[in-house]
Amino acid sequence: MDDPAAPSRLVRFAAPVLVAVVAVALWQALVVAYDVPAYLVPSPLAVLRTLVADRVLLFDSLAVTLGIALTALAISIACGTLVALLFVQSRWIEMSLFPYAVLLQVTPIVAIAPLVIIWVDDTRIALVLCAVVVAIFPIISNTTLGLRSVDPGLLDLFRLCRASRMQVLLRLRVPSALPYFFGGLRIASGLALIGAVVAEFVAGTGGHGAGLAYQILLAGIQLNIPRLFAALVLITLTGVALFALTVWLSHLALSRWHESEVTPGD
Amino acid sequence: MTEAESPVLAIGGVEKTYRTGTHALAPVDLTVHRGEFLTLLGPSGCGKTTLLNLMAGLLAPDAGTLAWWGGGFDATGGPGRRLAMVFQAPTLMPWARIDANVRLPLDLARMPHAAAARDVDAALDLVGLSEFARHFPRELSGGMQMRAAIARALVTAPDLLLMDEPFGALDEFTRQRLDAELRSLWAARGLTVVFVTHSIVEAVFLSTRVVVMAARPGRVLADVTIDEPHPRTDAFRLAPAFAAHCRRLSEQVAGAGAEARAAGVPRPRRPPAGRAAGA
Repeated sequence: MDDPAAPSRLVRFAAPVLVAVVAVALWQALVVAYDVPAYLVPSPLAVLRTLVADRVLLFDSLAVTLGIALTALAISIACGTLVALLFVQSRWIEMSLFPYAVLLQVTPIVAIAPLVIIWVDDTRIALVLCAVVVAIFPIISNTTLGLRSVDPGLLDLFRLCRASRMQVLLRLRVPSALPYFFGGLRIASGLALIGAVVAEFVAGTGGHGAGLAYQILLAGIQLNIPRLFAALVLITLTGVALFALTVWLSHLALSRWHESEVTPGD
Repeated sequence: MTEAESPVLAIGGVEKTYRTGTHALAPVDLTVHRGEFLTLLGPSGCGKTTLLNLMAGLLAPDAGTLAWWGGGFDATGGPGRRLAMVFQAPTLMPWARIDANVRLPLDLARMPHAAAARDVDAALDLVGLSEFARHFPRELSGGMQMRAAIARALVTAPDLLLMDEPFGALDEFTRQRLDAELRSLWAARGLTVVFVTHSIVEAVFLSTRVVVMAARPGRVLADVTIDEPHPRTDAFRLAPAFAAHCRRLSEQVAGAGAEARAAGVPRPRRPPAGRAAGA
């Protein structure tokens, strides 16, 4: 590292971990010291014990929720990118349709989820649809912005070389849009998970193939607070893992050339 | 008249007014001859860059005609691929390695990869960037990025090379070195160059002919031949003849400024796109 003020890789990793360890230790100590009952606030150890004891139930549910979130994310990427490509074809198309993309974004998912669940027979498809509604907007808006954010000098150069519309799109607009797309993807990955969880809450379907949200709902009703905490921890960790995955993907794609991914002293 | 005898570019009565009302170019007549190093010299806002963009076919004139390679504006539909341009900034694609950047004009013309690779190697060799072919633009200095831009312009062996203040953003040392390299390239390759600058010293060092322009509205004030032999080395920069040329040109540029002030012409508003107007 050239910059002496820049924290080393170890410190950047260790600092947040240290915060977590201290917080969990404090939590454990306080629960024990004040003898807080487990149905109010379970101790971290109790949560961990539940996580291990109920692992089959919890991880099966996690697989369901994660499956919905990832399917929704994949659909959001595919459709969102297509819509963005459509938008940059003409200002008219964008002007006519963009307000409806915004409408999609500002409508609370809790409000439309019941409708979607009534309309669509297959609950799983309904849940995926709800998660797509939440996750697709950042992909559309960021990718559209990126496809338009082209160096005007390069655009002149392409015109000078008599480049076709398709050449400009593939060789200039798409690469220029990549950093913006990955920015959108980071937001969308978290939103897809949130969308899946919220939709599950509304649907409230249990039995075989129930997601984590249903387990939280059920644990809350049964006052099984340690299990509620365990499910919550799982969802949070999954969200973090999804985010890390998108950061890694963006690093793979951009690290060689884009400012946002170039490490100092590189 | 055959194409070999005809001028590379003949401009007749070309005029340009931007939508903002800026009268960027009063009627201009100018002929670019084969093998010439022609420099457009003038203060900011004199329409140099506008004129260059018209020559590139990036802008359409409001009036007048441009005839490339002996053809008319309508007949040829513009200069086509026989023309290359170097901009004020290197304008490289940051996601592509240097060799891919240089290959771009050939890729866009759908040239087979093997043939293109040979031309790219030759172009990189010309500007001394062979060992940086696999680097990304951000890994190169400003001067090296500019050399890559020149290699990209030369890779198609253009009949006309347009350069818009290419070294304006570089430090003085790099700029002098690149001026000397450009001058050698021009001589070795028999290029026809139209070069835009507001540096009198650079204009005298590089050119066989300098067209002095004045602002508000942009127009041609003087057409001066710099009749000095090639090669021009660093010693030429210290020669009395060099100083004499500089003095003569600066008097003409100063005359242009005084004339504009005397006429009491108001300053125009900024044109819409900074790079599209006379810089």
